Amino acid sequence: MTAIESPISRRQLEDVAEEQSPPPVDGKTLTPARRVARIVGYTVLVLAAVALLMPFFWMVMSSLKSANEVFSVPIKWFPETFVWSNYVEIWTESDMLTWIRNTLVLAVVVTFLQVLTGSFAAYGFAKMRFPGRDVLFLVYIGTIAVPWQSYMIPQFILLSNLKVSNTLWAIILIQAFGAFGVFLMKQYYETIPEELSEAARLDGLSEYAIWRRIMLPLSIPALASLTLLTFVNTWNDYLGPLIYLRSPDLWTIQLGLKSFVSNLYDTNYALLFAGLTISVIPIAVIFLLGQRFFIEGIATSGMKG
Amino acid sequence: MTSLVADDVAAASPPPASPRRRRSRLRLRSTLIGWSFILPNFLGFALLTLVPVVTLFYMSFTNWNVFGKADWIGLANFQRLLGDGSFRISVLNTLYYSVMHIPLTIVVSLGLALLLNNKLRGIAFFRTAAFFPYITSIVAIAVVWNLLFSPDYGPINQILRFIGFENPPGWLTSSEWAMPAVVIVSTWRDMGYYMILFLAGLQTVPRELHEAARVDGANVFQRFFNVTLPCLRPTMFFVTVMLTINSFKIFDLILVMTNGGPGQSTLVLSQFIYKKGFEESQFGYASAAAVALFLLCIVVTIVQFFWNKRRSY
Repeated sequence: MTAIESPISRRQLEDVAEEQSPPPVDGKTLTPARRVARIVGYTVLVLAAVALLMPFFWMVMSSLKSANEVFSVPIKWFPETFVWSNYVEIWTESDMLTWIRNTLVLAVVVTFLQVLTGSFAAYGFAKMRFPGRDVLFLVYIGTIAVPWQSYMIPQFILLSNLKVSNTLWAIILIQAFGAFGVFLMKQYYETIPEELSEAARLDGLSEYAIWRRIMLPLSIPALASLTLLTFVNTWNDYLGPLIYLRSPDLWTIQLGLKSFVSNLYDTNYALLFAGLTISVIPIAVIFLLGQRFFIEGIATSGMKG
Repeated sequence: MTSLVADDVAAASPPPASPRRRRSRLRLRSTLIGWSFILPNFLGFALLTLVPVVTLFYMSFTNWNVFGKADWIGLANFQRLLGDGSFRISVLNTLYYSVMHIPLTIVVSLGLALLLNNKLRGIAFFRTAAFFPYITSIVAIAVVWNLLFSPDYGPINQILRFIGFENPPGWLTSSEWAMPAVVIVSTWRDMGYYMILFLAGLQTVPRELHEAARVDGANVFQRFFNVTLPCLRPTMFFVTVMLTINSFKIFDLILVMTNGGPGQSTLVLSQFIYKKGFEESQFGYASAAAVALFLLCIVVTIVQFFWNKRRSY
């Protein structure tokens, strides 16, 4: 089962994540055939980029249109006049503030717990030897192949019996102790030379101190990956909140926006798009700032959602 | 807090004793410390993942309902599943989705990775763009694409009409085109992620092999099939396993985009479980369907694992 661990090392990913050196500018060295190939390549790349970004562009532009301009024939890619008031109205027309507050609370608490328990457990798996360790890790790995959808019902019944269903605690519990953080951190710890912890042990440092003073500072890139990924995952989660959070005052941004779609009797889609844009902006900012950590983290652990 | 624990451990260090006893005490100590690292995460993991997985199998043999009353009914749930038309449709739809989504995603993401591996300009920008759909929420993606797909006024059909298609498909309103539309969106969403995996895999392909093949007169395609592809095998295996599991459990995208419709044309296995469990409160019956999903994913993973192993020699 270990073979479903990502075959890609972090080093390689750092290469992927780093800026690639630009191609040789000297066009004369290219043969005509290669030049054609290059032009075809760029064309495909540009088309793919347009296809990838077009929905986002349309979302943002539509959020600035007037209500009846969104679905005009023929399509207008840009609004006639920019209706910035959509971004004011959405806050009064919906409970955006409550949704964002709930989502933020969940994302912060889940991320904190996942990073803490994940990196702590990963130290045990990566740097200590004791009976039962490998079997236990195999159990962790085995759950990669088990979709959450298959055990969501017993989990729901369990949490209902513990009386945490329909509270934010339910989401915190189901999200915070995933195997994900353990994998990601274990894989990183294993790249840290054994000699470091060995030397620290000889100096009389306890295992907890080694984790705290040596491993944590050295694993900042992995911690950043885990933090960003967990935060984004919790922010974006829809199914967990859908099942557990029934009172509207507990809704997350995803649940709220989904309900906003279903309740749009007067179909002001421009307003909806404004809400969607607001929900995507924090993720976009986080992603752009920490892109490298996203790419490394997702690919080394190979898991998400 | 950690320093407190550390002091405790230091204070409990064993008094001098015979070497063997000291070694066994040392081992006991390191076992306890090892477990103490794992325990905080493991307690949550065991309670919220392992216990539910084990309970799932028990529940699937009972008629567990909303009142929590459960009688052992043996294989009755599974027999009922076999005769349930909706269940059969949901399994077939899940397979239909997977058969379209898996190869399409592999081809598109590998193609883009090969392209990006050529050190073209603007790669950094493209990589960001390709990855962005993957970290955007399903709700935002599904809602935006739903509206893009609107049959009459949606931009996609307007473009199709503009370039000469008289009768563009009804997409999500048509039982024939709803699933392909879902596949388009999920492939659009996933390809950046798998592209990154392939790109990293491509960098493990030794340059010398390519050079040697070129000297031997192999053309681009021969080099791709005889050099690149064999070197990518570990990546390909990993990607296929992840794609298969992710396809079998497809749910939230469909829930927001089509809710299984029109009719049952996009009803998938996970949604069947959700419906029976959370909408109709037939927890026992839903669990039987969940066991089917569980086994499907495990079996496919194991088969692919052994297939990969056999091919390695």
